[in-house]
Amino acid sequence: MPSYTIEVNGKNLTVDAPEDMPLLWVLRDMLGITGPKYGCGINVCKACTSLLDGEAVRPCSVKVSTAAGRKVTTIEGLADGEKLHPVQQAWLEQDVPQCGYCQPGQIMNAVALLSRSSDPSDEEIDAIENVCRCGTYPRIRAAIKRAAELQSD
Amino acid sequence: MGRHKSAVAERPRRNTVLTTHTVGRRRFLTYLVAAPLLTLGTEAVMQATSSSTPASAAVPSPPSPEDVFDIGEALKLAATPTMPLVQLEVGADGIARLQMPRTDMGQGLLTSFTMIIAEELDVPLDRVEVTHADARPELLFNQITAGSAAMRTFYEPIRQMAAIARARMVAAAATRWDVDGASLGTDAGAVIGPGSLTADFGTLSAAAAALDLATSSIRPKDPSEWELVGTPTGRVDARDIITGQKKFVMDHMAGTAKPALVRRPPTIKGAVGEVRNAAQVRAMPGVVGVVPIPTGVAVVADTIEQARQGVNALEVDFGPGPVDGESNATILEGIKQHVQPFAVPPLGAATVEAEFDWAPACHAPLETECAVADVRADRAEIWAGFQAPIVAQQEIALMLGLPQDAVTAHVVAPGGAFGRKCFFEPATEAAQVSQALGMPVRLMWHRTDDMRHGRQRPQNYHRIRATVVGGQVVAYEQRVSAVALEVAPGFGEILTDVATSLPPRAKNTVGEKAYSQTLFLLMVSSPYNLGVYDRTLAEIGNGIPTSAYRSVHCPTTRTCEEIVLDEVAALLDKDPLEYRKECAKDAAAAAVLDEVARLSGWGRSMPEGFAQGVGFHKESKTLTACVVELDGRDPQDPRVTKVTMVVDAGTVINPSGLEAQMEGCIAEAISLTLTAGLHIENGLPLEGSYSNYDWLRMRHYPKDSTVHIMPSTNEDIGGIGEVGITAASGAIANAYATATGIKPRSFPIVFPVDFEPFAPGALPAPNLI
Ligand code: FES
Ligand code: FES
Repeated sequence: MPSYTIEVNGKNLTVDAPEDMPLLWVLRDMLGITGPKYGCGINVCKACTSLLDGEAVRPCSVKVSTAAGRKVTTIEGLADGEKLHPVQQAWLEQDVPQCGYCQPGQIMNAVALLSRSSDPSDEEIDAIENVCRCGTYPRIRAAIKRAAELQSD
Repeated sequence: MGRHKSAVAERPRRNTVLTTHTVGRRRFLTYLVAAPLLTLGTEAVMQATSSSTPASAAVPSPPSPEDVFDIGEALKLAATPTMPLVQLEVGADGIARLQMPRTDMGQGLLTSFTMIIAEELDVPLDRVEVTHADARPELLFNQITAGSAAMRTFYEPIRQMAAIARARMVAAAATRWDVDGASLGTDAGAVIGPGSLTADFGTLSAAAAALDLATSSIRPKDPSEWELVGTPTGRVDARDIITGQKKFVMDHMAGTAKPALVRRPPTIKGAVGEVRNAAQVRAMPGVVGVVPIPTGVAVVADTIEQARQGVNALEVDFGPGPVDGESNATILEGIKQHVQPFAVPPLGAATVEAEFDWAPACHAPLETECAVADVRADRAEIWAGFQAPIVAQQEIALMLGLPQDAVTAHVVAPGGAFGRKCFFEPATEAAQVSQALGMPVRLMWHRTDDMRHGRQRPQNYHRIRATVVGGQVVAYEQRVSAVALEVAPGFGEILTDVATSLPPRAKNTVGEKAYSQTLFLLMVSSPYNLGVYDRTLAEIGNGIPTSAYRSVHCPTTRTCEEIVLDEVAALLDKDPLEYRKECAKDAAAAAVLDEVARLSGWGRSMPEGFAQGVGFHKESKTLTACVVELDGRDPQDPRVTKVTMVVDAGTVINPSGLEAQMEGCIAEAISLTLTAGLHIENGLPLEGSYSNYDWLRMRHYPKDSTVHIMPSTNEDIGGIGEVGITAASGAIANAYATATGIKPRSFPIVFPVDFEPFAPGALPAPNLI
């Protein structure tokens, strides 16, 4: 079985896995990194959203071989030790989560959005596809705007 | 409705115990305060209600059963006898701990419990730890999360318990310093004495436990003294959530328990026969076991993906299920057959008549059905998002052939539930598979199965007639006919238990009807005076698995009534919001409706194709009024552009939590009224993911939305978790009617099959990059 080394949250980790094993299950079932959540497995719900070299991807639909030799950031790797990322800080200020299950994916998606667009418009926010079954959308919108302010400070 | 006071009677009892508490490797001497036994004066409830004053402009309707005794009251009553078994601990580390026998599925109970304890005990929030209790069978009927009843049940006992704990700290310090307790105060987890004397609660806890203190005169703070309760407070587990540390069900035992998926039949509840290629699948890469179970065939593997490939490779002889060949259309025809006729209207009366139907819906919590099980020869441990853990523990123990106390049922906060987790099929399945293989497993339902084989909100049909004489509704008849709602295990027993101790009128309701009828009568009431009021439910069991869905019958039954009310107002040439005020039974209704009118700019002129709509509802003692604005220029793509929601929930523990629940309810209303439903065809829903099931996304939630909380006018605690759906649904439907000129009759309003359904049985593969 082929072996792949991926830099996950700053650490080089090596796994033996079939070439087409989705990254989500490498993270969750092989490496015990459970921050990225399963909600559909087919790139629809976006609950698993994480960063690959800084860009938002859906690990349920990314082959382990695609991630080999690259940097993966999951929700666990976003804060700098005890210091929260501005997006996380904004999420706390707006008291966004209800059940919380979609939130790792929502936050990682917002991080990627803010790195592309430092002051996202409502249209850009409207384009977010991440499902929140609990309906935290208005607070996510407010938190993204707040994070944009925090990042520009 | 008049305010009711719970008659508080505390029986004298010794309510502290010395014990030791282990945190990590440290053991703390702690003391426990038990919740006092409070008795609820149900007669007071009855009287308070019957004195409500009918509005003068409408023909009064007698109070419905829900008006006098609702489901939350039943749950509260059932929980009362075992309340003293719920205990608050204060450790030598100064931390107050409580194991909550309810489940926080996102509705914020952990936060509300924490706030109340912090308030009454006078400690900072971060020195209170509220966790989910494992199944505790000795709690009997006091460990089920349903009916928006948790805070209504626990508010008084927790306040009282924490107030007693605080009084004991003060008394212990008074003894230590040899001063009069009355001269001492508390602040941030310490007793403050004369001069610079302070003593942290942690240092006092052993002495506090040993005290003999009369507690019957100890009273919690007056609400006017609250510093924390009533102020917006962030979720206590928010930091864990946003850093990825919060453990959901499938995150437990991630390194130890093997993942499992199940191959399910091609139709709902199809029979499971022989597996023809078990050996071949067992030999697939990563597969560790193939286990036939009553509901399908489980494949256990090193990863979910390998389990998925194993599931798809299985060849199983499936047999027929109970609804093979059925579709939404045939089921609707079936339930329509059971509608009883209306009475003959009086001569010369005008009537408004309408028929409605609602497609089945799925709960679709973002975390699919799942459970972790570790079954050994002599014991078992299960982790799941149980809403009713005691029954689950009992039934799983019976199934495994173990004594009940050998099974530990851990309650894990699930990623959403919405009523679905009163049942516990995934826990049963995980236990079956773990027992068969002798290893711990993490069993998950694929999203496709979660939507297709999961329990449904039952498909339902309504025929309504409002009879108008002399400018007033003199009779309102609503015939509801639906696929039968399965009442969760354990729930019926609760109703039976409370039936004997109820006031006569409520006893008739609870004692003589089937449980689901009881639920209907105890949850759904009209907030209006509409003369002779006659609403009945007929249910037809057809084998489709169903479950209560957030707010159960209200969002369908009452939304239909909200639509008819608008049509009556049009007939009478009245403004629909003013007409609601005229008809409302509850004296507090006018204030809520006036406020929503003011905040929303009710009546402002709207561009062509846009309209406002209003809805009003009362449930679990909470009043909600909602005005929406809707863009109906394309009737096949209606958009809610603005929502104004006003809520009167009595005493509010956490305004941020209440607002969040209203936002969640608005999301439910937009989805279920406009776009989200299941198409059953050939005995299986076509929908198999969120790409098919049209749950709203960011762009569908209006940017212009506000939730306004009315200042509390009474001390009652209203339910908040589910009460906001109906007013919003009514407002959306009514705005749609005005904007498009199309009377909404079939829900969801926009409901095409505009997707290629996944093939039945197999689990879809991702398109990998
Ligand atoms: S699980 Fe990856 S997008 Fe849904
Ligand atoms: S917070 Fe529950 S799904 Fe988003």
